[in-house]
Amino acid sequence: MIDLLGYGAFFLSTALIFAIITLGLNLQWGLTGLFNVGIAGFVAIGAYTSALLTTPDTADRIGGFGWPILAGWLGAMVLTAAAAAFTGFATLRLKSDYLAITTFGVAVLVQLVTLNAIGLTGGPFGVAFIPRPFAGLQGNPVAFNFVNLAIIAAVTLACYLALERLSRSPWGRVLRALREDERAAVSLGKSARSYRIQAFAVGGAVMGLAGAVQAHFIGFIAPDNYLPTLTFQVWAMLMVGGSGSNRGAVMGALVVWAVWIGAGWVTSALIPTGWQARAASLQIVAIGVMLCLILLWRPQGFFGPRNGRGME
Amino acid sequence: MSLQFLLDGLISGAMIGLGAIGVTLTYSILRFSNFAHGDLMAWGAYAALVAVGALGAIAGGPMAIGALSFGLPLILSTLFAMVFTAGLALLLDWLLFARLRARGQAIIVVMASFGASMALRNLLEFLFSSSPAYYSRALQVAQPIGSGIRITPDQVALLVMTAALVTGMHLFLTRSQRGREMRAYSQNPALARVTGIDVARVVRATWVIGAALAAAAGVMVGTLVQIRPLMGLDLLLPMFAAAILGGIGSVPGAVLAGLIIGLSEAAAVMFVGAEWRAAVAFVILMSVLLVKPTGLFGVTER
Repeated sequence: MIDLLGYGAFFLSTALIFAIITLGLNLQWGLTGLFNVGIAGFVAIGAYTSALLTTPDTADRIGGFGWPILAGWLGAMVLTAAAAAFTGFATLRLKSDYLAITTFGVAVLVQLVTLNAIGLTGGPFGVAFIPRPFAGLQGNPVAFNFVNLAIIAAVTLACYLALERLSRSPWGRVLRALREDERAAVSLGKSARSYRIQAFAVGGAVMGLAGAVQAHFIGFIAPDNYLPTLTFQVWAMLMVGGSGSNRGAVMGALVVWAVWIGAGWVTSALIPTGWQARAASLQIVAIGVMLCLILLWRPQGFFGPRNGRGME
Repeated sequence: MSLQFLLDGLISGAMIGLGAIGVTLTYSILRFSNFAHGDLMAWGAYAALVAVGALGAIAGGPMAIGALSFGLPLILSTLFAMVFTAGLALLLDWLLFARLRARGQAIIVVMASFGASMALRNLLEFLFSSSPAYYSRALQVAQPIGSGIRITPDQVALLVMTAALVTGMHLFLTRSQRGREMRAYSQNPALARVTGIDVARVVRATWVIGAALAAAAGVMVGTLVQIRPLMGLDLLLPMFAAAILGGIGSVPGAVLAGLIIGLSEAAAVMFVGAEWRAAVAFVILMSVLLVKPTGLFGVTER
C-alpha cells in the first residue's frame, strides 16, 4: 500500500513536470501559433543551467556554484528564455517553417553540447548530485515523495495561473489577434515579430523551468533524457488535450503519460525480453499514428473548452 | 596536412545535396518543410537492403562488377527502392498530407510530417532493429589519386551516379513540359492553375521525384557508410540547411549548398573534432537566416 502511494506520487510528479512543459508549448503554439520542434533542447538548457548553478563545486567541470535551488530555477528560466528569444529573433521575420527547422537544429545542437562539452556538462555521464529540495526527508521515502509532489504541483499551479492570466491580459489578446488575423492586428500598430518573440521566449522560460524542476526532482541528468522522443511526447500531450487551452494542456499531459506508462507495462508483461527494445519503438509508432489521426479528425483535442476554437 | 578531407566532404556533400533536392522541391511546390524526408531516405535504404537480399539469394552472390563492392543486384534493388519509396510518399500524401493541405494551414502539415517521421523511423527500428546493416561485407581498397587523396571504386561510381541524377533532374525541370509545369506552379500556384496546369499531377511528380532521389541518396549512404534507422534523421538538418542555403526551390542551389555543407563538415572534422560535425549545419543555417534568408539562388517569397 505504502509502495503504491509512493509510486502514485512519483507518477503524478513526472506527469506534472510534463504538464509544465506542455503549458509552455501551449503558449507558443496554442496561443501564438509558433511551431517548436526543439522542445527537448529548451528543456535541457533549463535542466543543465540549474544543475550547474546549484551543484557543489566539482574539480573536473566548470560550474558547481552551490547556489540555492530557487536561484537555479530562476537562472534556468532566464537562460532558456534568452535562447528562445534569440531563436525567434533569427527566424520570426520569415515564414513559419523556418522557426520549425531552426528549433529542430537547436535540439540537435544542445544534444551535441551536452554530449561533447565534457568540461561544462559532464558529457554522456551527465551531472549528478543535483541538490534535491527537502533532502533531509530522504530517509522517509513516502514523505519525501509527497513533499516533492507538493512542490511540483505548486509550480504547475503557479505556471497555470500565470499563463491563464497572461492569455487574458491585453498582451495575450494581441497574440490571439495576431494568430487569427495578422494583417488586422498589424494595422492596429502591433509589431507581429516583437510580440511573437516575446511569446516564444516566455514559453521557452516555462520549458526551462520544467527542465530545472525535473533535474532537482531526479537529482541526476544526462543527455539521454533530452532526445526527440521528449519533444514528440509533449506534442502528443498538447494535441490530445487541445491546443489553445491551458486546462487541456495539463489534462493531456496526465492522460498521455498514463497511456505511455500503461503501454510500457503491457509490453513488458506480454513481450519476451529479447523483443522489448523493439516493442518500445512500436509504442512510439502508435503515438505518431495517434498524433496524425488527431490532426485529421479531432484537431481541437479532447479536454479543451467545449466551444474552444482549438487551432482551426 | 592531408587533403583527404576534401574528398570525404565531396562524398557526404553529394549525399546531402541529393536529399536536399527533395526537400527544396517539397517546400517550393507543396509549401511545407517535410520532416519525414530523412525517413523516406532510410526507408529507401532498407527497401534496397531487402531487395538485394532476395536478388542475391537468387543470383547466388553480389555479382560484383570489377573492383566495385556491388553489382547488378544492388543496381536493380536501387531502382526498386526508388519506386517503392515514391509509392510510400504517394501513400503518405494520400492518407495524410493531402487532406491536411486541403484545410489550408501549412504549419499543420509540417506537424503531421513530424508525427509521420517519428512513426516511420520507429517502424524501421521495430522491423530491422537499431543495429547497423550493410549491403555487402566486401572490403574496398582505396586507390591513391595524387595529393595524398585516396578514393575507393565505390565512391567513384556513386559520385558519377549523383552527377548523372542531378544533371538529369536539372534537364527535366528546365526542358520537359512536366518540369516547366512544376516550376510554374512553385512560382505562382494561382496563375498556374488558371493556365490549365493539372495540379494533382504536379503534386504527384513532386513526391515521386523527391522520394526517388531520397531513396537513391539512402542507398548511397548505405553503400559508403552503413544502414541504420536513424540515418535519415541525422541527415535531416544538413538537408534543410542545404535547401535554405541554396535558396528554396533551386535544384542547382540545393546541390551546390549540399557540397558546401559536406565540405564544411569535413573541414570541421579535420580542424575542430569529429564530435562537433553535426553543429556545422546548424551554424550555416543560422548564418543564412540572419544574413541572407533567400539563400544563394533563392527568388521566392520569404
